[in-house]
Amino acid sequence: MADYLTLLVGMGLVTYLPRWMPLHYLSRRSLPDWFIQWLGLIPSAILSALLLPVLVLGENPRHIDFLRPELWVALPTFAFAWWTRSLGGTVVVGMLLFWLVGKIDPLWIAWLR
Amino acid sequence: MTSYSVAASSSPLKDGLSAGWPICLGYLPIGIAFGVLAQKAGLTPVQIGLMSIMVFAGSSQFIAVSMIAAGASATAIITTTFVVNLRHVLMSSSLAIYLKSARRGLLALYAYGVTDESFAVNLPRFNANDWSLGRALVVNHAANLTWFLSTVAGGIGGRFIPEGALGIDYALIAMFICLLIYQIRKWIHLLTAVIAGITAVGLALKFQGNTYIVIASVIAATAGVIIQNQAMRRKRDNG
Repeated sequence: MADYLTLLVGMGLVTYLPRWMPLHYLSRRSLPDWFIQWLGLIPSAILSALLLPVLVLGENPRHIDFLRPELWVALPTFAFAWWTRSLGGTVVVGMLLFWLVGKIDPLWIAWLR
Repeated sequence: MTSYSVAASSSPLKDGLSAGWPICLGYLPIGIAFGVLAQKAGLTPVQIGLMSIMVFAGSSQFIAVSMIAAGASATAIITTTFVVNLRHVLMSSSLAIYLKSARRGLLALYAYGVTDESFAVNLPRFNANDWSLGRALVVNHAANLTWFLSTVAGGIGGRFIPEGALGIDYALIAMFICLLIYQIRKWIHLLTAVIAGITAVGLALKFQGNTYIVIASVIAATAGVIIQNQAMRRKRDNG
């Protein structure tokens, strides 16, 4: 348990410091315009960089796979999110669709391949 | 009472919870899934709860547990956690713009709850000028409490839930889909997202690990700034 607590303190520090230092130092400074513009584009860049690989890459080793149910479920989920702007609704709809695809998956994937 | 405004008429608690409940809903299945995995890796519910409070970073907790199960060293786990969470530097930097007048103590507390999800919920509201640090803190801590409770619950009772039940594995993906949609306000955001996504896929194919997230984001945002400035210059020259 002592080893485990040491691990958690280490993990906690390397998680907290990157979250805290920019807030502490940058909030007191006036930043150049181009940097603010750059930071304004960071959210859409990060979210897309987090998301797209999960949708189109298979694991072990990583490879492109456009037949992943993750990708096909994403299309109606994107549409739902776009029209409703509802985060909770999108999570529920995405989960439901993914669960349904999991039920029929063996049948149609075998047929497609 | 000239300072009376719509924002002041509703409480930070109510506003924060109504903005943050989708995060909580999204965390519930992911937290339970994490608890199940952690319990399978040999962690007790107390250990799981401690990790959720002391670290509070979903994806790196998942990675840490799989590394613990594989017998990795503490140094390796902490280094990986650091790399995986470096992206929060970019998020906190974006948030800092809106928190210039905030007290340092409150900022230190707020920093604890900066996650992908709370960032994507709070940032557009700060950007639209109808948000306060108090409301953002409610969002962060409601999310943290839900994360803590659901991971512990998963550790205690999760083994009774069958694998893949109710599309649990898709909760986080669906959440990011909607958060990304929130970010697409102008053509430049869409273009940046496309560049980031394609670059991330390309880098992920070439290199192991998760550093592709930070590298692809930096490349895409830089390209976005260059393209946006060129477009503005062209408009100015033609107009």
